[in-house]
Amino acid sequence: MKSPLGRAGWLIVPVALALVPLGAPRYLTATLTEILIFTVFAMSLDLLVGYAGLVSLGHAAFFGIAAYAAGLLGVRGGAALLLSLPAGIVVAAAAALIVGVFALRAAGVYFLMLTLAFAQMAFAVAHQWAGLTGGTNGLSGIPRPALPGVDLGATVPFYYLVLLMSVAATAALVRLTASPFGAALVGIRVNESRMRVLGFDTFRVKLTAFVVAGAAAGLSGVLYAYYNGFVSPDVLYWTTSGQVLIMVLLGGTGTLMGPAVGAAVVLLGQNLVSSYTERWTLILGAVFIVAVRAAPRGLLGLLVPAARRQGESRNVRENVNGDDPAQ
Amino acid sequence: MAFYILQALNGLAYSMLLFLLAAGLSLIFGLMDIVNLAHGGFYLLGAYLGLSFVRWTGSFWVAVITVPLLTAAGGFLLEWEFLRPLYRRTHLDQILLTFGFAFVLTDVTRWLWGPAVQSMAPPGGLDQSLAMMGTRFPAYRLFVIALGGAVALGLWAVLSRTRLGMIVRAAVADKEMLEGLGINVNTVFTGVFAFGAALAGLAGVIATPIEGVFPGVDFETLIVTLIVVVVGGLGTLSGSFWGSLLIGEAETFGKTLLPQLALVVIYLVMAVVIIVRPAGLFGHRGR
Repeated sequence: MKSPLGRAGWLIVPVALALVPLGAPRYLTATLTEILIFTVFAMSLDLLVGYAGLVSLGHAAFFGIAAYAAGLLGVRGGAALLLSLPAGIVVAAAAALIVGVFALRAAGVYFLMLTLAFAQMAFAVAHQWAGLTGGTNGLSGIPRPALPGVDLGATVPFYYLVLLMSVAATAALVRLTASPFGAALVGIRVNESRMRVLGFDTFRVKLTAFVVAGAAAGLSGVLYAYYNGFVSPDVLYWTTSGQVLIMVLLGGTGTLMGPAVGAAVVLLGQNLVSSYTERWTLILGAVFIVAVRAAPRGLLGLLVPAARRQGESRNVRENVNGDDPAQ
Repeated sequence: MAFYILQALNGLAYSMLLFLLAAGLSLIFGLMDIVNLAHGGFYLLGAYLGLSFVRWTGSFWVAVITVPLLTAAGGFLLEWEFLRPLYRRTHLDQILLTFGFAFVLTDVTRWLWGPAVQSMAPPGGLDQSLAMMGTRFPAYRLFVIALGGAVALGLWAVLSRTRLGMIVRAAVADKEMLEGLGINVNTVFTGVFAFGAALAGLAGVIATPIEGVFPGVDFETLIVTLIVVVVGGLGTLSGSFWGSLLIGEAETFGKTLLPQLALVVIYLVMAVVIIVRPAGLFGHRGR
């Protein structure tokens, strides 16, 4: 994001997105709302997968827990935005803290399995505790929050709320990954024992990243609950985790923007293909196979030439060295 | 008491199905460091192919023999054509490729065989129940237990007593050394991958009379198998066996004794095992 193009992008993309509802039909605005929500979700997972090298197959837990928290507050209390949005995020972050303390004791495939296990437990709770969550039927009639003077029930104002939130979340994640903390995460992915020798408390760094990722996934989960007006245990199921993982990997890990592109491609593809054929899963799988073979760095890796990549790795090296307390 | 013994036998039959799946998954991991996420897809394919074979030929035994050969061919194709070019890349890329195939297999089978739950009767002779301890137990489940036990014994014998098993164990321990000794390690990879797919296909055929088959069962099965393998310790045969027993019985007893917790029991078992013994019950740390 250091290049002039990258700086200009920070202005152009949000402004362009802000202009969309003026000319576009309603359904397009609604689709774009969903894409923005999943963009945040995918980027939050990329913080773990692409930066810290922690491949989680249970990220839906935090998305879903926050969605349920906001949904329950909305249905039971008709809660305001200023309450249910932070509440959802805090609950998701707290859940991430608990899961992280356990799951981060393991690495690699075992970490993947532990995150999956915790997400499935959350799914089971949502499924079984019907008195609270509505069980299989889910939680319906979640109201969009009330803001004085604005009708968030309408498509366009709600789109602007989501746009505002996702731009803020994107900016926060981009800043975080560009910071010494982000460099420490990359250092852990590349060589954790070296980072430990250098004096980093790597467990703590990873746990912080896990909680931040959980909180960001929580934000997207709350927005999703508002958007849909309905939450079912499916949002916690491992297929949701699998789908967001596909978005991240398809777009290109460790880039944040890549997963955003991945989220857009997957959701647009789903919307387009679903109107012609029911074979969306087949196509998604085939696209995924081709992408792994032909574009190992994801779709963004195809678009952004190798020169940029070298620049990235140089930045990473400099940052890591710069943070090195021993030097 | 009879109730508990019958439940234990039910759990044992389920455990043996899990073992057929876990053995292949674990061998493939031990050898190639790949978690084959398409493993559930081979199970599903095996189940549907078995269903169709039984309908065409009328014989369960034809299906038991033929279907594993077909899924082995599928595994061969996947390894040879798609995984092989990726060996220079990270294991994550290889795992992801199998994830893509899992999606393709799940949708292709739904396309060809439809979304309904389908099942078939156990073969003649096994479609009755035997009197045991004052109650009755399906003969077919006893057959599944016997078959699983036989496969476990056979695998153990081949791996520990034959030259072929020695080569596979050597490939797990040190691939470069084995290559240096003039063995083509890639052929070992292909063979083991195809064999794992054959076992998954076999599990699909023999599971159908008990569990039925429907879209989505592939991923459910995959997840339970992964749990088994992780609990037992990735890459070890004995780990797969004891892991299958533990998870199979935990799931069966969990369903009957604690129905509210049925969905959580095996995840709890796994979480506890990983936290206490991060490499699984029989796994070696630092492999």
